[in-house]
Amino acid sequence: MSKAPVKRSKGVDGWLLSAPALILLVIAACGPLLIVAVYSVLEKGDYSGVRWILSGDGWFQVLFQRDIFDQTVSLADANLSIFWRSIKLSIATTLITFAFGLPTAWFIATRPPTSRAIWLFLITIPFWTNLLIRTFAIMEVIRNQGILNTALMNMGLISEPIQILYTDTAVLIGMAYVYLPLMVLPLYAAIDRFDFRLIEAGYDLYASRWQVLRSVILPIVKPGIIAGSILVFIPSLGAYVTPRVLGGGKNMMIGNFIELQFGQGQNWPLGAALSTLLLLIVLVSLVVYTRVSSRDEPHG
Amino acid sequence: MAKPRVYDVTTLPGFTFIAITAFVLLYAPIITLVIYSFNGGNSVNQWGGFSLQWYQVAWENEAVQDATARSLIIALWASVISTGVATMAALGTTRRGKFKGQTTIYIIINQPLMVPEIVTAVALLIFFSSVKVATGYSGLGYLILAHSAFCIPFAYLPIKARLEGMDMTMETAAADLYASSWQTFRFVTLPLLLPGVIAGAMLAFIISLDNVIITEFVKSAGQDTLPTYMLGQLRRALTPEVNAISTALLVLTVLILTVFFIVTRKRD
Repeated sequence: MSKAPVKRSKGVDGWLLSAPALILLVIAACGPLLIVAVYSVLEKGDYSGVRWILSGDGWFQVLFQRDIFDQTVSLADANLSIFWRSIKLSIATTLITFAFGLPTAWFIATRPPTSRAIWLFLITIPFWTNLLIRTFAIMEVIRNQGILNTALMNMGLISEPIQILYTDTAVLIGMAYVYLPLMVLPLYAAIDRFDFRLIEAGYDLYASRWQVLRSVILPIVKPGIIAGSILVFIPSLGAYVTPRVLGGGKNMMIGNFIELQFGQGQNWPLGAALSTLLLLIVLVSLVVYTRVSSRDEPHG
Repeated sequence: MAKPRVYDVTTLPGFTFIAITAFVLLYAPIITLVIYSFNGGNSVNQWGGFSLQWYQVAWENEAVQDATARSLIIALWASVISTGVATMAALGTTRRGKFKGQTTIYIIINQPLMVPEIVTAVALLIFFSSVKVATGYSGLGYLILAHSAFCIPFAYLPIKARLEGMDMTMETAAADLYASSWQTFRFVTLPLLLPGVIAGAMLAFIISLDNVIITEFVKSAGQDTLPTYMLGQLRRALTPEVNAISTALLVLTVLILTVFFIVTRKRD
């Protein structure tokens, strides 16, 4: 079937039409990432910025600190605790969102088609609602005079407010709250394709509920689990707004620590090294994700 | 075929309960925030009866007015620019089958979705601060540029989905009737594609309007948008005014989303 004469090849056409988008992205998104990588191996400037002298200090300071008096080198405990907190909270966020997300996605996918659209819409509203608003909303609930503490005190369960705000728990609650829709949506996509007759077949073959869950449902939902975990884990690890608002500046995560280096800390090479490291972790996770999910494809 | 079934296969023990709990937990905080925006009292702690006073306070606050205007200007430009370039890219990457380098284009277009925002924000801070020094220009252009870039994938995805759902017969027919490729695009492809374009533009608008981190790092002094203004307010005592602004923004988001769903559902 012949189309209108096309003189250029489709590849050239594809690139030409994509060019404006690509140029914009290279200038204002991908390109500057290279500058970050370069800045991570430069020397720290006097106040902020960098001097164009090659230096490994930025990367060195990610894990170590040098005593200003006797030049002894030790592990930078403060940095390590921030890393540990970020990883711990991100894993916990992923697990909590999964515990709530799987039943929620399952519930939506098993509704009749007409009401399914409404439940999906209900999941997407919080997803598109401003992150800051959702974080404020959680703050309203958990602060000392918030509804949670007030309700518990009115019920006589506690005599004075529980301090949740400005703790790691607050950051965890906030992140789980904010990222839950990111877990539900890919899980829903996976379950939606699921042929429920397979469960029936499982029961017909005398499988217990647990066996059905483990051997029939989980393998098929697995791509959704991996996608959801990646989608929750990556933004959790780089979270900035939620720890800043709910952690109160003390309970920092990597994102806030990076910001600190570019602000008060005035150590751009360290900030750049931390950013590059975060980027590398994300890239590795994405590569693992594509490997695992492409391996799963033939099984459907 | 009546077959004795021990269980309803689609129900798993406890799943419905957890799902409903999840929905309640998801909405309870937002609803609390909305309710407290109508608080007549002076603090966020005590309920002082129903009142619209904080909406009036926010409405008359010049800093809020400025930030709102700035947010809308940036979101408008960003959605127009990103939708324009995303439409072209979607046409380029979907209409003519596979070609060499297509994966590279996909990776670059989706890059803002993969890289943590804080890293992009820091990168733009470094890059734009030297551009600011070099050119002396410190207007809204940087924010518009940055917003346009990270909105591209959000505009691109619905447009691409729409294009993939459209078959080529109409376009082929037009071409067979000697329409030029521009005429085919203008009178056949574009009208069919329009719902996708509108959907993409709306998502881009919401994404731009909501952005905090990149805006916070890229903005020059006195260039607060609504979200960065709200973040700044946190350093002081939280007032119900912030709740009122949040509610207004929330209503706007829900309105745009509702239109988005109506526009995209027509496709089916």
